[in-house]
Amino acid sequence: MESLILVLVGVLVAVATYLILSKQLLRVILGTAVLSHAAHLLILTMGGLKKGGVPLIGESEGPYTDALPQALILTAIVISFAVTAFVLVLGYRAYKMNGTGNFDELRGTPDE
Amino acid sequence: MSNIIVLPLIVPVITAILLVFMRENVLLQRIISLLTLVFVAIISIVLLMEIQVQGVMRIDFSGWLPPFGISFVADSFAVLLVFVANIVAAICVLYAIFTIGERYEKMYFYSFTLLMIAGVNGSFLTGDIFNLFVCFEVMLLASYALISLGGEKIQLREALKYVLINIVASWIFLVALAFLYGTVGTLNMAHIAVRVMEAGNDPLITTVALIFLIVFSLKAGLLLFFWLPGSYSVPPTAIAALFAALLTKVGIYALIRTFTLLFTNNTEVTHTVLGVMAGLTIIAGCMGALAGRDVRTIASYNVLIGVGFIVAGLAIGTESALQGVTYYLMHDMVAKAMLFLAVGMMIYLTGETVIDKMSGLIRNYPVFGWMFFIVMCSLAGIPPLSGFLGKVLIGQGAIEGGNFVLLGLGFLSSLIVLYSLLRIFLSSFFGETIISLEDEKPLPRRVELPVILLALCTIALGIGAEWMSPYITDAAETLHTPSIYIDAVLDGAKWQGEVNE
Repeated sequence: MESLILVLVGVLVAVATYLILSKQLLRVILGTAVLSHAAHLLILTMGGLKKGGVPLIGESEGPYTDALPQALILTAIVISFAVTAFVLVLGYRAYKMNGTGNFDELRGTPDE
Repeated sequence: MSNIIVLPLIVPVITAILLVFMRENVLLQRIISLLTLVFVAIISIVLLMEIQVQGVMRIDFSGWLPPFGISFVADSFAVLLVFVANIVAAICVLYAIFTIGERYEKMYFYSFTLLMIAGVNGSFLTGDIFNLFVCFEVMLLASYALISLGGEKIQLREALKYVLINIVASWIFLVALAFLYGTVGTLNMAHIAVRVMEAGNDPLITTVALIFLIVFSLKAGLLLFFWLPGSYSVPPTAIAALFAALLTKVGIYALIRTFTLLFTNNTEVTHTVLGVMAGLTIIAGCMGALAGRDVRTIASYNVLIGVGFIVAGLAIGTESALQGVTYYLMHDMVAKAMLFLAVGMMIYLTGETVIDKMSGLIRNYPVFGWMFFIVMCSLAGIPPLSGFLGKVLIGQGAIEGGNFVLLGLGFLSSLIVLYSLLRIFLSSFFGETIISLEDEKPLPRRVELPVILLALCTIALGIGAEWMSPYITDAAETLHTPSIYIDAVLDGAKWQGEVNE
């Protein structure tokens, strides 16, 4: 199971890298969103996938599954939501102000 | 008593939220934000005194003892940085009050600044590496908002690059965290240090250390700094000064914490890489500072030289070098804020950014001119200003450790800092004045006040070095002997047994 998830992480990273390297602003933003999900999956996998019972005393006999990675990615997901929302707004404003979403044209002129 | 460790994080957060509701009342916002920053600075002095009495302090949230819960750990190094960071932030906010204008103030400028300070303080004080990530993100999100505040074309463009670079860096941080957790199975920094020492020379841990090195270098502006000069030159002066003073320093703090506490086993690899990167950063920063014609570019590349110099001290790693690092880090916050404020004022007064187009500013604004002279001397390391002692201590450490290449680079970079700033001073401040009496923009004393305050800080740091030295010695000792920190966090023998199981 772990190896399967790791392959999935690899695929997600590949997709995200492809998207981030493109020139369209929106694609880059989507790429960063995919990238953060790959990282979350990686944390979950590195902490060990479900190996034992629920980590609640009285509910199961143990050994318990490590609950910490889930707490970690919960935090990380919230942060990545916030950042993605912010970048989307920022990207929209930059598109409106500069009139383009293409990174080549966003470079600007040196005399500005 | 140790409950006050949490105040530097929580007070700015609460006041930032309160300020959101006071949007229309600009005066109240100004007063509250200044009071908050001064309050946190006072708290950190109290903490500093307390640490000298009872050693490294910590607070375990909700009573979950380490290594299980999240804890805040206050050692002299972290608290000294909190103190200087808040003083500098208070002065930058003072400058913002006088200059930034009501438009920015009503766009929640103070809330974002306080949130950023909360993130900075949290990063300094946390004893849990995932919490470090969270505090980093709090600080970065606030800085994303601050850099794009105002919404001008060039700001949005540079903000996009800055944000995207930082998102990728945060992603690498998460990957490093995942591998670290998978390898040592803990997140408490002291506990990680114990486990890493037990694991010995594990190549996987060295790899994780190098990934952390990449992440924090991206944040600190070490070698992978190509985003820095662009993004530091677009926001208004007060914000740029805050960024230059604080943001890179948090990255450097994380580097120092990781490579003195966590990954101390395989120093031949990690510290060599650190040294090489520091050297290259100094060289690249010097080339940028020499080549720049724009005052803002020269100032930004001076930030990089400072980063390189501090990390060189970390790479040398002897106790006196670490004392120098602590001292120089404090000096650099003050001096870089002052440099950016001075550069911003030059641009405001002349409306130009290229140094050849300004001339004779000292005739019209004599006090301001001599303030620039002070910051130049301070950054170049001329006694009795604050840059001197840090450079001497790092140099002494380099001689002890036999790191003569870094020693040479570090001291050559001082000359280049002096030259690049002297060039601004000679061509922009001396010479025939280009501003006629009618065109002269008034420079009220109160706008000069923050720069004068920072100048007083840098003089005080230099002259008061004797008074500071017990705290700095203590900070360097804790950095050099990780067991002090580890024992304080894991409560010595009481937890050692269970930890080792």
